[in-house]
Amino acid sequence: MNKNKTYPGYFAAGALIIYFVFFFLPGLIGVGYSFTDWSAYSDQLHYVGFENFKTVFSSDENYMKIITNTLSFTFITTVLKNVIGLILALLLTKSIKLLNMHRGIVFMPSVLSTLIIGMIFKSILDPKAGLLNSFFRSVGLEVLAKKWLVSSELAFGSVMAVDIWRGVGYIMTILIAGILSISSDYYEAAAIDGAGGWQKFRYITFPLILPTLATTTVLNVIYGLKVFDMVYALTNGGPGKATTEVLYTAVFKKFGTGQYAIGTALSSVMFVIMIFVGIYMIRIMTRNEVVE
Amino acid sequence: MKSKKIALSVLRNIIAWIFSAICLIPLLLIIFNSLKDKKSAAAMNLKLPALPIQWENFIKVIEKGKLATSFANSLIYSAGSVILCVFFAALAAYVLSRNQTKLNKFLYMFLVLGITLPINYVALTKVLQFLHLNNTAAGIILLYTSMQLPFMTFLIHGFVAKVPVELDEAAVIDGCGPFGLFFLIVFPMLKPAVATATVLTFLNTWNEFVSPLYFLNRSEQWPMTLSVYNFFGMYFKDWNLVCADILLTSLPVLLVYLIGQKYIVSGMTAGAVKG
Repeated sequence: MNKNKTYPGYFAAGALIIYFVFFFLPGLIGVGYSFTDWSAYSDQLHYVGFENFKTVFSSDENYMKIITNTLSFTFITTVLKNVIGLILALLLTKSIKLLNMHRGIVFMPSVLSTLIIGMIFKSILDPKAGLLNSFFRSVGLEVLAKKWLVSSELAFGSVMAVDIWRGVGYIMTILIAGILSISSDYYEAAAIDGAGGWQKFRYITFPLILPTLATTTVLNVIYGLKVFDMVYALTNGGPGKATTEVLYTAVFKKFGTGQYAIGTALSSVMFVIMIFVGIYMIRIMTRNEVVE
Repeated sequence: MKSKKIALSVLRNIIAWIFSAICLIPLLLIIFNSLKDKKSAAAMNLKLPALPIQWENFIKVIEKGKLATSFANSLIYSAGSVILCVFFAALAAYVLSRNQTKLNKFLYMFLVLGITLPINYVALTKVLQFLHLNNTAAGIILLYTSMQLPFMTFLIHGFVAKVPVELDEAAVIDGCGPFGLFFLIVFPMLKPAVATATVLTFLNTWNEFVSPLYFLNRSEQWPMTLSVYNFFGMYFKDWNLVCADILLTSLPVLLVYLIGQKYIVSGMTAGAVKG
């Protein structure tokens, strides 16, 4: 059987062309435009060298703060989603009544629109009338009723908390699949040897789901670096100067004000970083596929 | 010993319920307040809606929020990209999995790399302008398709490998050409993966609002997510209407989730766990 005849290359052309033109090409030409003064105010383009990147990485501008924000958002949400997701996964693989219902409910926020979740939490976290503060007041914990999204100390933490609420069910679901794929023989053998619950976790479950945790970590990192919807809906970068600004909200603002060159330079920094993160990620994701 | 076990089991059930409650409360908040009048919805609390239930909120919001238009838009964008994406992803996954030449392996990696890559929306405007696709439904559909193709190809690729090659060989011996082989023999075997890809593409595109935010200027073209956000900006004092709008916008997604949960979970965990 002639493989090239039976499986003609042009079958893959449709996918590759659409992906290349609308997804990869903008990334490429975006890098090119980063070296120009492209803006909404002039029809002419001039080569400006590394000017835009100098602006992005200079200390007198806000951009370093934006990059640090994006990185700390990514780091903190990744760690907490993994930890809470693991606790939930361990809990929801035990014998509990209505197990599937609980799993389904905890996963549900992952399928809702992030934008809509942001809108709902804007109401819940409202300092005066919000559900959370009303709850604290009604149980006599007035001290805990804070200005969640509007004070500069708490806004970033609040945004991350909502994002963790939204994303933890997905991580949990992946980890549940990981835990369920561990052979029960190990646990039976450990039980015969007199291992307790903690020892079973420490010496069986944890080492065997480490590869799954690696995957959830990469997924979270990719999501975190690209986060936009959640921040846009909750604070749009505020309150004050860039308190919760992340890369993609900054890019959108530059787009809105017509400063295309800086916008595309910021995007390109991300594009280049993500190519490297991506190659590592794809290796992890495809490692199971190759051996069939 | 036995009483300790029972206590532990009760404790576990209680903790599970607490987590579930934390995840359900926002949804309940929306449902309850979408059924209240303006005054009692202003408090946005979890009190059960008072009688009479304000069903007319939904009618009002459909009129004021122009939901019929935005629902039709969302449906066109999602349906269009589901069809294009699943069709092209299946074709590509099939060929790239069956004929693993050096070039095809590279092309597969290149395509799947899109799962992680960010889109440069600013530079994308240039591409769309060049193709005269700015502010068009076709542009949005192609954009959505390009965003979903990498993951869906990855998803179906893993599944193609499980369809026995002997089938292909038998079909070729019987005189089947490449098109007949794919559409009559292989594609029907890919049903579970295609179903998962369909459900996931629908969910992702229904929830997507960044591309319309960048590339659709006229509100008549907006999908539901973008118009609910705009409605929220205009009627932020009428929480009953905002909640009704949110509920109607989320309803398709929630229905698809309830019906297709199995497909969603299997798709979203694909590749993450050694199976």
